[in-house]
Amino acid sequence: MINKYAHAVDAEIISNKRVGAYHHMVFEVGAMAGQVRPGNFVAISVGGETSAMVLRRAFAIHRSMDRGGSGGVVELVVAPHGGGSKWLTSLEVHRKVNIVGPLGTAFGIPTEPVRALLVGGGYGSAPLFGLAEVLKSRGSRVDMVLGASTAGKIYAPLEGKRAVNSLTITTDDGSAGLHGKVSDFLPDLIAASGTEIIYSCGPMGMLAAISKIAGELDLVHQCAVEEAMACGIGVCMTCVLPLRDTNGTIRMQRSCIEGPVVDGSRVIWDSPRAIPEGTWGAQ
Amino acid sequence: MNFDFTTTLAGTIFPNPIFTASGCAGSGKELIQFFPLTDLGAVVTKSIMLKPRSGRATPRMAETPSGMLNSIGLQGPGIAAFLQDDIPWLKSKGARIVVSIAGESVADYAELARLISGVSGISAVEVNISCPNVESRGQVFSCNPVTAHAAISAVKKNIDPSLPIIAKLSPDVTDITEIADVVINAGADGLALINTLLGMVIDTNSMKPKLAGKTGGLSGPAIRPVAVRAIYQVKARFPQISILGMGGVTNGREAFEMILAGASAVSVGTANFGNPLATMKIKAELQELLIERGFASVAAAVGYAHREED
Ligand SMILES: Cc1cc2nc3c(=O)[nH]c(=O)nc-3n(C[C@H](O)[C@H](O)[C@H](O)COP(=O)(O)OP(=O)(O)OC[C@H]3O[C@@H](n4cnc5c(N)ncnc54)[C@H](O)[C@@H]3O)c2cc1C
Ligand SMILES: Cc1cc2nc3c(=O)[nH]c(=O)nc-3n(C[C@H](O)[C@H](O)[C@H](O)COP(=O)(O)O)c2cc1C
Ligand code: FES
Repeated sequence: MINKYAHAVDAEIISNKRVGAYHHMVFEVGAMAGQVRPGNFVAISVGGETSAMVLRRAFAIHRSMDRGGSGGVVELVVAPHGGGSKWLTSLEVHRKVNIVGPLGTAFGIPTEPVRALLVGGGYGSAPLFGLAEVLKSRGSRVDMVLGASTAGKIYAPLEGKRAVNSLTITTDDGSAGLHGKVSDFLPDLIAASGTEIIYSCGPMGMLAAISKIAGELDLVHQCAVEEAMACGIGVCMTCVLPLRDTNGTIRMQRSCIEGPVVDGSRVIWDSPRAIPEGTWGAQ
Repeated sequence: MNFDFTTTLAGTIFPNPIFTASGCAGSGKELIQFFPLTDLGAVVTKSIMLKPRSGRATPRMAETPSGMLNSIGLQGPGIAAFLQDDIPWLKSKGARIVVSIAGESVADYAELARLISGVSGISAVEVNISCPNVESRGQVFSCNPVTAHAAISAVKKNIDPSLPIIAKLSPDVTDITEIADVVINAGADGLALINTLLGMVIDTNSMKPKLAGKTGGLSGPAIRPVAVRAIYQVKARFPQISILGMGGVTNGREAFEMILAGASAVSVGTANFGNPLATMKIKAELQELLIERGFASVAAAVGYAHREED
C-alpha cells in the first residue's frame, strides 16, 4: 500500500528557532512520529484558511521522536524561500498547521554494519542526522560532509555532530570549512574513510555530481531528490523524474511516492526540461 | 427529515454527488490510505489514451494565485494496461467508476469506445475532448464544433449503448453553449464542465516560460466563477441535459454553488492536492448545507438558481 502510515494532523508548533539561514521547527504530531523513517517527508498546508496558496509545501523530516502514548514530535529545517515557507517560519509557537505524513520512501538501512558517507547540501542535511543515528545504532561508521554556498546555509546542530565519526564542511565562498563544492572533495573523502555506501540529500545538481562519482567508483548511492510537488501523495503527476527500471526501461515516475529516496544510478540526470530519448511512452 | 443524497447523472444513479476529477486522484490507490473509495459518488479516472504516454517534461507545475497551472501531457499506461490493472483494482474496492478517455484522432476515440464497451463495472464514460487533434495541427477537439461533434459521434457509434457518455468541454471557446449543442446532437448523455483554462507563467528570473511545456491548464478556485458561469449558461439553454460540474471546488458551499447553477454532481480536482480528505469534507459540508436550506434531495437543488419566482 502507498504511504500506508500517512494521515493528516493539526499539529501545534512547539518550537521555532532561527538557525543561520534556516528555522528549526518542532511540531506536536502525535502518533505520526512513531511511523517516520529517515528520508520520509511531510506536506504542510500554508497561508491559513483564506490563503491563495492552494498547494502543500514539502519538507524532509529532520528528526522524529515518539514519546509513547499518543505523543510525538517531528522536527523540520525550513528555509524561508517564497511565500509559503516564509509564512511557515513566521508562525509563533502554539499555532497549528495541518501536516500530512509520513510520506514517500525512506533510506534503506543495510542489515550489516557498513562504512557510510552522508552528503548534504544546504537544508539537505536535515534528514541525514536521523539517518546517522539509525546507522550508528546498527554499528556502522558514519562520515558526513555538508556543503552550501556560504557558512549560514550549513545546517549542523551540535548533537548531530556527535552522532557522526567525522564531519567535513565545504562552502562555495570559503566562509566555513573547505573552499569549494562537496563533490570536489568526495573522491578523497571516500578513499580516506573506505566508504561502502553513499547517502545524499540536496540540490539536484549536487546529487547528479555525486551519482557520477559513485558510478565511477561502483558505490551504492541512495539520494533524496527534490522536484516541485503539487500534492506530495501521488495523485497529480507533476513531480516526475526519469527513472530506469530493473529491466532498463526509462519511465517518468513520481518522485513523491517512488522517492524521494531513490537509487542514484536509476536516475537519468542529464535531461533538464526534456523527456530523455527512449523513455517509455515518449511521443 | 428524510434527505436523499443520491443523484442521477446521465441516467445513472450515484449514492452521492461528490466525484474526483479526472487526473486529480491518481489511480485511486493513492487515496485509499485516507478514505474508502466507496464513500465517493464515483472515481473519475485519469484520461486514458490508446498507447502508453510519458507525458511532458518537467517543470509541469506552477502555483498561481488561488490555483495552479499543469502541463502533465496525459501521462499514462495506455488502455490495455489500464483495463488489466486499474479497473479490476477499483472494482475490488467497490468504487463506482467513470472512465475518462482521450484521443489524438477521431479514430482513437472510436477505438477507445470499442475497448471499454465489453468491460463490466463501469458506470459511465467521460470523453475528454480538450486534447490536441494530431490531424488538425494540434487544434483542441472541443474548441471547434466540427471536431467536437466528430469525436463524440465516434464514441457514440462504437460504445456499448448502455454506457452513458459524458462529454467534457473546454471553457476556452467563444460560446460554450454552441459546443454543448453539437455534442448533445452527437449523442452525449451528459456534460462535464469545465476542463482547465489555458494559461502561462513566465519566470522573471530565467525570463522564460516556467513550464517546460510553456503553456499549462489553469485549475483551482481561480477558475470557479468561469465554471459556474459555464454551467449556468449551458443549463439555461439545455435544461434537460445533466451536468457534472467542476472547477475550483474546495468546500461544501462551493459544491452547492455548482449545483444551484445546474450541476447534478460535482468533481473535485485541485482541492485534493491541498487536502487528501477534500472530497470527504466537501461531501459532509454539502449534505449539511442542503439540509439546512430545506432541500429534501440533491435533485431538488439542481439548477435552483435559474428559478424566476421570489
Ligand atoms: C521531498 C522534498 C523535501 C524538501 N525538504 C525541504 C526541507 O527540509 N527544508 C526546506 O527548506 N525545503 C525543503 N523542500 C523545498 C520546499 O518544499 C520548498 O522550498 C517550498 O515548497 C517552497 O515554497 P514557497 O511557497 O516558500 O516558495 P514558492 O517558490 O513561492 O513556491 C511556489 C510553488 O513551487 C513549489 N516549489 C518551489 N520550490 C520548490 C522546491 N525546491 N521543491 C519543491 N517544490 C517547490 C512549492 O511547493 C509551491 O507549490 C523540499 C522539497 C521536497 C520536494
Ligand atoms: C494535474 C491535473 C491533471 C489533470 N488531468 C486531467 C485529465 O487527465 N483529463 C481531464 O479530463 N481533465 C484533467 N484535469 C482537469 C480536471 O479534471 C478539472 O477539470 C479541472 O482541474 C478543474 O477542476 P479543479 O479546479 O477542481 O481542479 C487535470 C487537472 C489537473 C490540475
Ligand atoms: S507531487 Fe503529486 S504526484 Fe507527486
